[in-house]
Amino acid sequence: MKDDFEKLLDQQPEKEPEPQERPALRDIPVREELVPRTVTAPDGQEIRIDPLQDYYCQAGPTVQTPAYTRIIEDLFNWARAESLWILGFGTGCGAIEMRPLMTPRFDAYRYGIQWRPTPRQANLLVISGYLSVKTLKRAIRSYEQMQNPKYVVGLGSCTINGGMYWDSYNTIKRLDDYLPVDLYITGCMPRPEALLQGFDDLKKLIRAGKAEGANKYAENFERYKTNQKRVIKDWDMPDYSW
Amino acid sequence: MQTLISQLQTRFQLSEFILQRDNLAFVTVTREQLRPLLLHLRDKEGFTHLVLLTAVDWIEDNIFQLTYLLGDRTAGCDIGVRLMLPRDVASMDSIHDLWPTAATYQRELREMFGIDFPESPRVDEDFILEGWTDLPPYRRDFDTLKYSQESYVDRLGRETKDPAAYMKLKLYPDEDNDG
Amino acid sequence: MADAEFGKADRSQYPHRRPDGSLDIDLTSGKYLKLWQGPNHPGITGNMSVELTVCGDEVVEGKTHVGYLHRGFEKLMERRTFIQCFPIVCRICVPEPDFNEYCYAAAVEELAGLEIPEKAKWIRALILEMGRINSYLMYLGGQAGAFGQGVIGQWTTYARDLMLDRFEELTGARIYHMFILPGGVRDDLPEGFDERMEQTLQEVERTLDDVYDTMFRNAVFKKRAVGLGYVDPALVDEYGITGPVARGAGVARDVRKDQPYLVYDQLDFEPVTGRESDVYARADVRRRDLLMSVDLIRQILSKMPHKGEVMATLPNVLHWKIPRGETYIRGECSRGEYGYYLVTDGSGYPRRVNVRGPSYTHAMALLEKLIVNVNISDVAGLMVSLHTYPPEIER
Ligand code: SF4
Repeated sequence: MKDDFEKLLDQQPEKEPEPQERPALRDIPVREELVPRTVTAPDGQEIRIDPLQDYYCQAGPTVQTPAYTRIIEDLFNWARAESLWILGFGTGCGAIEMRPLMTPRFDAYRYGIQWRPTPRQANLLVISGYLSVKTLKRAIRSYEQMQNPKYVVGLGSCTINGGMYWDSYNTIKRLDDYLPVDLYITGCMPRPEALLQGFDDLKKLIRAGKAEGANKYAENFERYKTNQKRVIKDWDMPDYSW
Repeated sequence: MQTLISQLQTRFQLSEFILQRDNLAFVTVTREQLRPLLLHLRDKEGFTHLVLLTAVDWIEDNIFQLTYLLGDRTAGCDIGVRLMLPRDVASMDSIHDLWPTAATYQRELREMFGIDFPESPRVDEDFILEGWTDLPPYRRDFDTLKYSQESYVDRLGRETKDPAAYMKLKLYPDEDNDG
Repeated sequence: MADAEFGKADRSQYPHRRPDGSLDIDLTSGKYLKLWQGPNHPGITGNMSVELTVCGDEVVEGKTHVGYLHRGFEKLMERRTFIQCFPIVCRICVPEPDFNEYCYAAAVEELAGLEIPEKAKWIRALILEMGRINSYLMYLGGQAGAFGQGVIGQWTTYARDLMLDRFEELTGARIYHMFILPGGVRDDLPEGFDERMEQTLQEVERTLDDVYDTMFRNAVFKKRAVGLGYVDPALVDEYGITGPVARGAGVARDVRKDQPYLVYDQLDFEPVTGRESDVYARADVRRRDLLMSVDLIRQILSKMPHKGEVMATLPNVLHWKIPRGETYIRGECSRGEYGYYLVTDGSGYPRRVNVRGPSYTHAMALLEKLIVNVNISDVAGLMVSLHTYPPEIER
């Protein structure tokens, strides 16, 4: 079953028609704080600032190669699988089922799963449902700020094919066009039991060394960026913001 | 409600009066009379609560209808004041000085319908959308399906049952083809 | 500044205003800092953000940014037939979806001239009260959590899970029930529902006793919540404030009492009000409102007729056309007045649907007003106390 699904994921990009760029009816001005400018330091020296260049590192993501022996890589994978730290970013309706997971009835903590407030401490980004373009922008940044190894799980039919909002002008349809998804959990919305099962499956994938989303992202960086920029019209951030 | 409306009619030019329920009525006013009417309703008649402000696009008649819904919470009744605006010069006077919350509604109308409210605070800032370059989306001539098909890629293999055909099969199996 | 003097200074005059009324904030002076709270932040009520300008640890200006959850419901519904709208409306407000279903169904029924059976009204009221309990339980956990009391959230979510079990038994789903559809409700109560409901209610009451002891009588909570986020009763009408925020300010406005819908005119209750109008008073109003809902559910279950239809006969929903008209339906949800403005034009599709969520005014105009001069660490508590849910702001 899972293999079929992966096959489906892998073969799709070639077959698809490339969407056309929509002509813009109006231009979007660059935000004021991002415009290059000259400032005068207290000692009178003039400094040229280009916020988009100066404040961020420009280097792209790199592929992480596995450890030199199998046994060590397995050890790493075991450790990774047993501590899934989820970024507490509820992007859609699915986030409401996260709360029961943190509490006694379902208690995901017993599986080494916990929620962290900042991307720097998290290694699992759960996209809990539909993503509007505005949130997609934040989700991409959050994802890029997370440290390797990192994984993405998409919840609900909205992330898979648009779900209920298949004809909405503001929600994306396929999450894996924009972020490397390791696992989808179906349902609208997925029940907590389904989530637990999904996390369990993710653990198996990680232990088998198959959750290679972050590397896929690094390898196909160009493609992901083109896709992202096609829907995010006001791209006013650096290309890779880790 | 009836008496209130007839009283109002002596002071303002109201048309298209509809009594929807015992405690809900709709009237249409002209643009010049909107502000005096709202002030009168707010200060004299006790309609102090601005429930909502929204627009309806009657594209066939080339007008936007603005609805100002006011509520009197003590008496438990509401009155909807309608105002017709030409669609091509969609601009209206702001009422944010009567109700500060109106500024939010006007910001939304500006973004989603393209109706301008000069002088309303922050009316030109993005409210809901970000980096939107197309027509204002709540206008009737904006086609959301087309936009979504052009912008976002469908996943192949999504099976769609035509909802109407499926419901017909399930709910009205022995109905004729054209109902 | 000496401590005694600091306490006396009039902070409401700070920062100063320019003659034209705008705030006198000079960002380049280095005295101020821009701080974004959200959308990815634990101290925020859902997927929204507040852009704070701070001076030291005091907020001098706050701007709410919403739209992260916008799906364009009002547009999507214009493309769907009346019956097709019904499964998507509940998604507008996640923690308390039933009000969407009720308001939408009632608006359609009014414009189409449908009468719904008596029993359906009772079941609708039951569902709405159950949803209110869920929403309040979630709120209590959030409010305590915003002040660092994690354990309250554990308890209330446990109680909410029990209530979700009852929902599941009744409707088959935990969150989105899709139970109240135009014409009535989908099904009758299952066998033995009353007893199981009674057990759940008792458990909820027990949890609330504990919550009262640990949260409302806790010195830290009192110290932080009392006096924070004062809402002047005079603002209530100006800012369109409804629900517990208004009632916390002593304004006894409750749609259930002012314009009774469904069966509320046959139930015995009084709107819960507070006096102090601060975060503590609002939390207390909600706690007592929750207990009132528990009582209302008992009343509903005992007064409900035992036999009868739950669904009116609908016309053929595939070709269901509703004559031209417009109406506004409101209900009192846990956050305030929830309303649907529906315009029809005689075709099989709605011409315009507008959803009025209470958070619309609370989270935008009101929050931006209250947030000035608040300490950064209290922003989360203040925001939770307005009980805002972003999806109903932007739909
Ligand atoms: S799949 Fe369903 S529950 Fe999940 S985000 Fe989409 S509509 Fe909401």
